[in-house]
Parts: sequence; C-alpha cells; structure tokens
Amino acid sequence: MINWMKYRWLYLVISGTVILSGIFSLLKWGLKYGVDFTGGTLIEYKFQDGKKQTFKYSPMGEEELEKIRLDFKNQKAEEVRFENVGPSIGPELVKKTITAIVISAVGILLWVSLRFKSFKFGLSAVLGMLHDSLVLIGSFSLLGHFLGVEVDFLFVTALLTILSFSVHDTIVNYDRIREIKKKVGGEFYDIANEATSETMVRSLNNSFTIIFMLLALILLGGETIKWFAVALLIGTVSGTYSSPFVSVAILVTWDRIGKRLKKV
Amino acid sequence: MSPLKKVILIFVLFLACLYISLPLKKPNKINNDLKLGLDLAGGSQLVFEADTSKISSDKKSSSLESLRNVIERRVNLFGISEPNVQTSNFQGKDRIVVELPGINDAKEAQALIGRTAQLVFAEVVEVPAKDATNPSTSLRTTSLTGADLAESSVTFDQNTGKPAVSLTFTKEGGEKFAKITGDNVGKPVAIVLDNEVVSAPNVQEKIVGGTAQITGSFTLDEAKKLSIQLNAGALPVPVKVVEERTIGATLGAESISKSIIAGLVGLGMVILFMILAYGKLGLVADIGLIVFGVITLALYKLIPVVLTLPGIAGFLLSVGMAVDSNILIFERFKEEKGKHSTISDALEVSFGRAWDSIRDANVATLLTAFILANPLDWNFLHTSGPVRGFAITLALGIAISLFTGIIVSRNLLRLFVKEKKHD
Repeated sequence: MINWMKYRWLYLVISGTVILSGIFSLLKWGLKYGVDFTGGTLIEYKFQDGKKQTFKYSPMGEEELEKIRLDFKNQKAEEVRFENVGPSIGPELVKKTITAIVISAVGILLWVSLRFKSFKFGLSAVLGMLHDSLVLIGSFSLLGHFLGVEVDFLFVTALLTILSFSVHDTIVNYDRIREIKKKVGGEFYDIANEATSETMVRSLNNSFTIIFMLLALILLGGETIKWFAVALLIGTVSGTYSSPFVSVAILVTWDRIGKRLKKV
Repeated sequence: MSPLKKVILIFVLFLACLYISLPLKKPNKINNDLKLGLDLAGGSQLVFEADTSKISSDKKSSSLESLRNVIERRVNLFGISEPNVQTSNFQGKDRIVVELPGINDAKEAQALIGRTAQLVFAEVVEVPAKDATNPSTSLRTTSLTGADLAESSVTFDQNTGKPAVSLTFTKEGGEKFAKITGDNVGKPVAIVLDNEVVSAPNVQEKIVGGTAQITGSFTLDEAKKLSIQLNAGALPVPVKVVEERTIGATLGAESISKSIIAGLVGLGMVILFMILAYGKLGLVADIGLIVFGVITLALYKLIPVVLTLPGIAGFLLSVGMAVDSNILIFERFKEEKGKHSTISDALEVSFGRAWDSIRDANVATLLTAFILANPLDWNFLHTSGPVRGFAITLALGIAISLFTGIIVSRNLLRLFVKEKKHD
C-alpha cells in the first residue's frame, strides 16, 4: 500500500505554491473584471468578412453610444451582442453569491459533521472547499494578467459548481475512512492511507469523465463558454486533488497533533 | 417485482420520455419546444430600477406589484411572444427585470416600457398679472386622469389626417369629462402627459359622449405606443433603465450548435471511456447515462426549464455525478467480487455499500443547489438571473441521476447477472 500521508509536506508545498502565487497575483494585479461587475458597455460585431470582434467601453452617455453604434452600422457590421450594464448591478450579485456560499458552507459543515459524527470532518471538508476556490480565483487572476481573461457571471457560476464538486468528492473519500474505521479500526494515519488507495481509481476515473466533457467544450464550444469551461477544468483538477491531499491530510495532521498534545 | 418486470417498466418510461424529448415538426401540448434562455435564443433583457422613495413603506409591495403588472401588460400589448417580467429586490433597491425573447433592438421596447405615461386633464386658469398687457396662465389639474380611461386607440384626425389617439372614458370618467368641458366652454383644456402639455384644444361645447381625442404632432408609431401605454395604465412609480443586454440571434444559434457538438463529442468520449474502463459494466452505465439524458430533456420540456448557458453547466455537472454513482458501484463491485460466493451477492453488497457515499455526497450538492435556486424567494439570495438557472438544472440532474444510477443501472445489472448464470 502506498504511504500517501507520508508526503503531506509535499502536498503542502504544492498547494502552498499554487495558492500563494495566486494570492500574490491577486494582491498585485487583482482580477480583470468584465462589464458584469464594472458596468459599462460591451458590443460584439460580426464584420462582412465573417470576422468577429468585441469592443468594450466604460460607462458613457446614451448619445455617445448611439454614435458608436451608427459608426459600425455604416461599416455594415452586424451587431451580435450588446450589453450595457449599470455599475451598481455587479456588487449586488457578488454580495448575494457570497451570502449563498457562506450559508451553503455552514450547511455543508453541519451536514458533514452530522454524517461523520465529527466536527473535524466537517471543518476539513470546508477547508478543502476554500482551497479549491482560492486556487480557481488565483488562477484567474494570473490568466487575467497574462492573457487578459476577464471574470464575469459565468465565472461566478463556475466557482459555485466547483464548490459542489469539491465537497461531493471529499465526502466519497470520507465515506471510505468511515467504513474502514468501523470495520477494521486502527491508527487514523493507516486508515487514511488505505482509504486514499481504495478511492484513488474511482476519483481519477470520475474526474476523467468530467475532464473529457470539459475538454470537448473548450476545444469545440463557442467563444462565450471557453473560459467558463477552463474555470471548471481548473476546479475539477483542484477538487479531485484536494479531497485526499488537503481535506484528508488536514484530518491526519489534526489527529497527530491531538495525540502529541495528549502525550505532553 | 422481478428485475425483468422493472426493466420493462423502465423501458416504457424511457420510450415515453424519448417521445417527449424528440423534436416534433408540429409541437403539441406535451411535446413543445425546449425553452431557451436569452443567451441561447437571442433577445433582450432590460432591468429597470423603480424609484420608490416617495411611496410609504406599507404601500410599497402593492405598488411594485402593480408596476410589474402594468409593464407586463405593455409588453404583451406590444406583441412580444412569451415575455418574462419579474420583480427583484436588493438592499432596498427595487428592480423589474424584463426579458424579451427575439427582440434584437431593445431601444424601442425600452422607450415603450420605461415611460410613466401619467395622463391628467387640466383646466387653464388665467392668473391676474400685474402687467395687464401680458396675462399669464397656469394649469389646475382636475380629477380626470388616465385611470378613468376605458380604452384608447389610434385614429386619424379628421381635419388634418394626422395620427391621433382616441380616448374612451369609463362611465364615471365620462361624467367628469362632461363637467370639465361644460365648465370650460370657450376656454382651452390641457391634456398633460408626464408633466408635459401634449395639446390644449379649445372646448367648443360640453362633450357628453364620453370620448375625446388627443391630437399632438404624433407619428403613427408614437401614437401607437402612447395608446399601448394608456391602455396598460400609467406606471405607479417612475423607473429608469440600469441594465440592457441584447444577444443577437446569430450568436445564440452559434452558441447552441457549438455546445451541442461539444456536448455530443464529450458524451461520446465518456461512453467510450466507461466501456474501456469497466467493460460490460461500463456498457450498462452508458445505457443508464442515455436514459438519464432522455429523462432530463423530457423534464426540461415538461416543467418547463428555461435553458441557459449556466444551466448547461449545471447539467454537465450532474452528468459527471450520474457517472460517478456508477463508478462508485463498479469500483466497489471489483473489490467485493472475490469475497462473495455468487456474483449477484457481490452486486447487491456493492450497491448497498456505495449507496452510503452516493447519498451523503449528493445531499451535500442538493443543499448547495437548493440555496442557490432559492425556491422560497429570500431577498438576501438570488431571486433571478444566471445562478438560479444553474442551480435548477443541477438539482434536477442530481435527482434524476439518483434514479438512473441506482434504480436503472441496478435492475439492468440484476437482469444481466441472472442471465449470465444460465449460460
């Protein structure tokens, strides 16, 4: 059996590097917000040669806007998308989403704690969730700085999807720990190792099926959902990784520290 | 019930759902078209913010409701098919979200919806001026307003041939109008729309018929819009546009066709992968997945669910979870196969064991979906918009995946394993 939990330092280094570079990028460059958040105007035109181009403007008056639209009309460009958003909408949606996330995090904390009869399990699952959201938000800060990728409402949806997926995956791992604990018992460290080995194939296979779907969407889907699919892909990889190597690893560390404290 | 009977039942259900989900040339009551959101079908979304600062708090919700009704009536009179008008509230700011499928120029709709259209009749009274050579006048509003209208329509002025708007009053309104005209013979009566005098014709004689005509310098289009606004009633509170989104039909169609191709390719890869990884078991899971897809599509049409891009994401996630249920069972089956005397024993044990994790994991996801979908319309959560569409398809997908993952796959496998013993 592979001694997964022996390499907890490595997981800490991997997660730490990814999250810290994300946080660094967030602090230095922030996120590149789309019109959904900042307000303003986004117009996409299809020109006569079939090429499409998106133009973005900061909030402006009605007349200026009409002038721009008329200009494109004269070039015989077809307007395929027009979004004009007041700057007040964005923060509201973010606020509501954060409220929703906090409530579901508390709900999940309670549900997992109840099902696994331990607050430790609940808290570690929520920490895994936090890990995945930090990875995703940090990655998009980097993508925004280097490739100009913007975050919009679809990104918010992707974030929510990943939170659900992360917990779903973690619970499957936990379930195996619960079962081995009940049937065989023994040191938590060993139980965690065995459970990780036994669920590894399932976790990978399941993630592969989702990754196939997402790769198809990224490569073949339209431009509108490309970065949305990328966000889901990053989240899926992170969510699969975090179940054993963050949530379970935290449980093992917690267990060890607790034992050491008891000895002292 | 024997597994065979259950499989037959499932097959009947599958056929029924297949009938509903397949597109028909002539949509009927059960099988109509899949409802697509604006981001897929093309159309406009307008968000209005209502200025409720002058309304006392106890009347706020009723006036917002009547605001919504008036806007909906205006949109309906404008002849837009299947519009969606919703109220939403956040931190004291009241909003009306108007979705107009198929409308690619929102300007016109915006002008139609956004105007208050408060109609008042006013008497013109002379104000005694200090300077006798320059008498000034002022308006004194009467009790006759747009609320006294029974109907309004477009006509043409008999003298000039220009478009005009004819008004027919209610009985009470007609009496008021008769009194006003009777009191003001030889004097002008002003017709005031949104604090602006549209026209102020001189009254020749008392008018008792209960009809009147507004002749301003209208174009035919303006007259038509004004008549719609008057028919629908005045907005009880002023509104202003805070958001406008239009997705052209071509972009929507492109999004759909690309998403469908990508979805099919992705699904094909998943099906192939399951067969490669789990052999015949994988094939059973694939059948379960197809049943899942068909039932989901049928329910989208029956409920109906308005499908948007985030909604598609919710669907994809639920596909992932549907496959996951199968993978959990099969991985367990691999382990249990050696431990039990018969394969069907191993199968039953695997289903039982896997169920614990499937249940706990899916309940957690359902919990999140429930909060995001916000079925109780709590104000501090999303009451409309993309996130809700996502949550609804996700919740629906999980419910169906529990059914296909457990009942469909399980009975198919039972049948499959039994027949294997007869070999």
